[in-house]
Amino acid sequence: MECCFFFSRYFNSSDNNLQYWGLDYPPLTAYHSLLCAYVAKFINPDWIALHTSRGYESQAHKLFMRTTVLIADLLIYIPAVVLYCCCLKEISTKKKVANALCILLYPGLILIDYGHFQYNSVSLGFALWGVLGVSCDWDLLGSLAFCLAINYKQMELYHSLPFFCFLLGKCFKKGLKGKGFVLLIKLACTVVASFILCWLPFCTEREQTLQVLRRLFPVDRGLFEDKVANIWCSFSIFLKIKEILPHHFQIIISFCFTFLSLLPACVKLTLQPSSKGFRFTLVSCALSFFLFSFQVHEKSILLVSLPVCLVLSEIPFMSTWFLLVSTFSMLPLLLKDELLMPLVVTTIAFFIACATSFSIFEKTSEEELQLKSFSLSVRKYLPCFTFLSRIIQYLFLISVITMVLLTLITVTLDPPQKLPDLFSVLVCFVSCLHFLFFLVYFNIIIMWDSKSGRNQKKIN
Amino acid sequence: MAALGIAMGGGNWFSALALGVTLLKCLLIPTYHSTDFEVHRNWLAITHSLPVSQWYYEATSEWTLDYPPFFAWFEYALSHVAKYFDQEMLNVRNLNYSSSRTLLFQRFSVIFTDALFVYAVHECCKCIDGKKAGKELTEKPKFILSVLLLWNFGLLIVDHIHFQYNGFLFGLMLLSIARLFQKRHMEGAFLFAVLLHFKHIYLYVAPAYGVYLLRSYCFTANKPDGSIRWNSFSFVRVISLGLIVFLVSALSLGPFLALNQLPQVLSRLFPFKRGLCHAYWAPNFWALYNALDKVLSIIGLELKLLDPNKIPKASMTSGLVQQFQHTVLPSVTPLATLICTLIAILPSVFCLWFKPQGPRGFLRCLILCALSSFLFGWHVHEKAILLAVLPMSLLSVGKAGDASIFLILTTTGHYSLFPLLFTAPEKKNLFLIGWKLSTSLAWGLWKSSVNLYSLSPPGS
Repeated sequence: MECCFFFSRYFNSSDNNLQYWGLDYPPLTAYHSLLCAYVAKFINPDWIALHTSRGYESQAHKLFMRTTVLIADLLIYIPAVVLYCCCLKEISTKKKVANALCILLYPGLILIDYGHFQYNSVSLGFALWGVLGVSCDWDLLGSLAFCLAINYKQMELYHSLPFFCFLLGKCFKKGLKGKGFVLLIKLACTVVASFILCWLPFCTEREQTLQVLRRLFPVDRGLFEDKVANIWCSFSIFLKIKEILPHHFQIIISFCFTFLSLLPACVKLTLQPSSKGFRFTLVSCALSFFLFSFQVHEKSILLVSLPVCLVLSEIPFMSTWFLLVSTFSMLPLLLKDELLMPLVVTTIAFFIACATSFSIFEKTSEEELQLKSFSLSVRKYLPCFTFLSRIIQYLFLISVITMVLLTLITVTLDPPQKLPDLFSVLVCFVSCLHFLFFLVYFNIIIMWDSKSGRNQKKIN
Repeated sequence: MAALGIAMGGGNWFSALALGVTLLKCLLIPTYHSTDFEVHRNWLAITHSLPVSQWYYEATSEWTLDYPPFFAWFEYALSHVAKYFDQEMLNVRNLNYSSSRTLLFQRFSVIFTDALFVYAVHECCKCIDGKKAGKELTEKPKFILSVLLLWNFGLLIVDHIHFQYNGFLFGLMLLSIARLFQKRHMEGAFLFAVLLHFKHIYLYVAPAYGVYLLRSYCFTANKPDGSIRWNSFSFVRVISLGLIVFLVSALSLGPFLALNQLPQVLSRLFPFKRGLCHAYWAPNFWALYNALDKVLSIIGLELKLLDPNKIPKASMTSGLVQQFQHTVLPSVTPLATLICTLIAILPSVFCLWFKPQGPRGFLRCLILCALSSFLFGWHVHEKAILLAVLPMSLLSVGKAGDASIFLILTTTGHYSLFPLLFTAPEKKNLFLIGWKLSTSLAWGLWKSSVNLYSLSPPGS
């Protein structure tokens, strides 16, 4: 486990030398690790002293590391989820509890944080506090929480655009000459202050700061690394773009595609800020980044899964489907960590929990899928377009069968000699197709959402 | 799709509970296992590779066969499945062999045989009167009973971590109790006879069965004041019961009687040389007795009343299985423990004979027999507390007073099982699960007892 090395590195380098820690996460991760390292030193100094022997693992040390994840989870992520479910409107208490249970049972986060070992629940928890704050009109606290999330893991920048657009939209709504302007200034100050606070120890030298930034955003590393369920990786099956296109061009096209795919939703959110639109835009923005951005890791899908968990109560069927696919997309990584049994068990438990709590198989009508206005618009041009929900149900069935088959094949068979990565590539490709479908779906929901609202107003 | 939806969302909570706990058991597969794992592997090897005449004589391993013949035949049946997993485990010479396939097979065999336990719980739920409960699912006695039995924390520790096959054995016992409740006495007697020949620890509760069947089944009617009506004695019933017991015993011990091995079998089944207390003391009366002896000997040494040379060097707390002599208090013989046990069960057995109260009275007597034998028996394991806890669950959902007793019993009982878990990670996990289960248990019982207090007439 790399993590053991993590702590010892911090502790030894932190005392005298705040320079460059050889790390690719922002400062808050470092401070957290330092805190854990101090606790570890208190319990057993040997764990920290062995920074030279990588891969050192004793039972007690492992237990300590896993406990730190659990404590972080209990303090930050779980209260956020519980509070979020309590604040849901128009739902009975029983459904709120079921909702919280399903979100907490999401297999991807459990397996990555506790199986693979990471601290995603901290950054996701902070982001969730941010969502809560901003949705309940506690804008300053919400943005502070989100800044903490970004300063914990820079991947949270995937969520930053929706936050920015939503808050900007709120300022516009309040009128840019009066209250809106005041709010804007306050938010700007909060953000700047929180960043300064986190980065202060690193701002001593300009060269050092640049080094850290270069580590955080490794543009040199290329469009993608390893196998990820991303457009570029899937495209490179047919055309090796990594080798064909020059480096800076890769960055430019990735930037363009990302920006273009998230533009409509963000513009809509700025012009019509609503809590519901905010959550859906979080999904679609994060998904756009995941699909088109550069240097994406498979674990980044968790950044999309969190907002999808938030809309679980509104579109249970599609959300459950997405969450199953997102767990499946990490299959190669999980198999490497020998997490097959926990993967199967947690996925089945999650699926059953969602299926029984939300009765997802009964909620596949057009209205339940929030596609009513979309299909009405389409039916103006194509009157026979009535099979949408039937098609989606069949697609779901095919998708589940494909995922189960691929899992069985990957586990039982050996890949052919000429194509050793065949199965992981297949998994990534299939997941990518799913994600594209979901991207289109979520964008449809966002764009067609208040169109009916506007039409209603016109009619009235 | 709709049919699947109905099946899943129809609220079949029993299946959800059973499936949920099975998934949890799957997650417990890689946890720590005790020497009992090797015991059962050894028995698989013995029954598979050796002829029947050698089963109770084989002593290559220190873990000799000390369960009755039906269990040996059960292991024999399992060994035929085991050979498809890993042939090596069936070699008697392969001491402490535990490949990953062996582990998988053994763990799955426990999980699989628990199906009988699930069925028995289902039958027990049918015997519970649920009409008085409220509409809320979590307040229904059937639901609470299912949770208490299926998710019994002690059984999870003992069966799925420490490793034993108690699940299906308790299933047999609960099934026989359910049959007695349903007035199917012959089946109940048959099931109990079979159970005795699987694991003879159930002799602890045999008096309850014997007295109840004799009193309430063989005497077909009572006088108006509840006392015995001697002329209603039914010879047919006595003879049929006797025949059942005789046939089952013949099937079990017959082959060994034919081989003239009965004394050897009995000596293996009742190893009185193993000492008054198990390696890790069960929290029973003799533990207190030993402690008192120890305290008195220390005081005696301090006050120079005892000669240090005359005190035996061996210590009872060393964690070994041997016979000891007490220093100050009189030594305890197996006969003494038998007499103490008989005295302890006398009141409940008397009540069962003179004032029979139907199946509920029988259940109470059963629990008291189990507890008395636990407290005063010879070489009692702490796992034996489960013999009292599981039947008590049945009583606890019926009456408020029983519920409060059950809460104390189950908390102390499960707490006393903690020494079975050596390792820190297991302790942490089980502490979390146990805490969660016991708090929800307490809440459930409190809720149902509140209902019962308000609905049941006084003195019932």
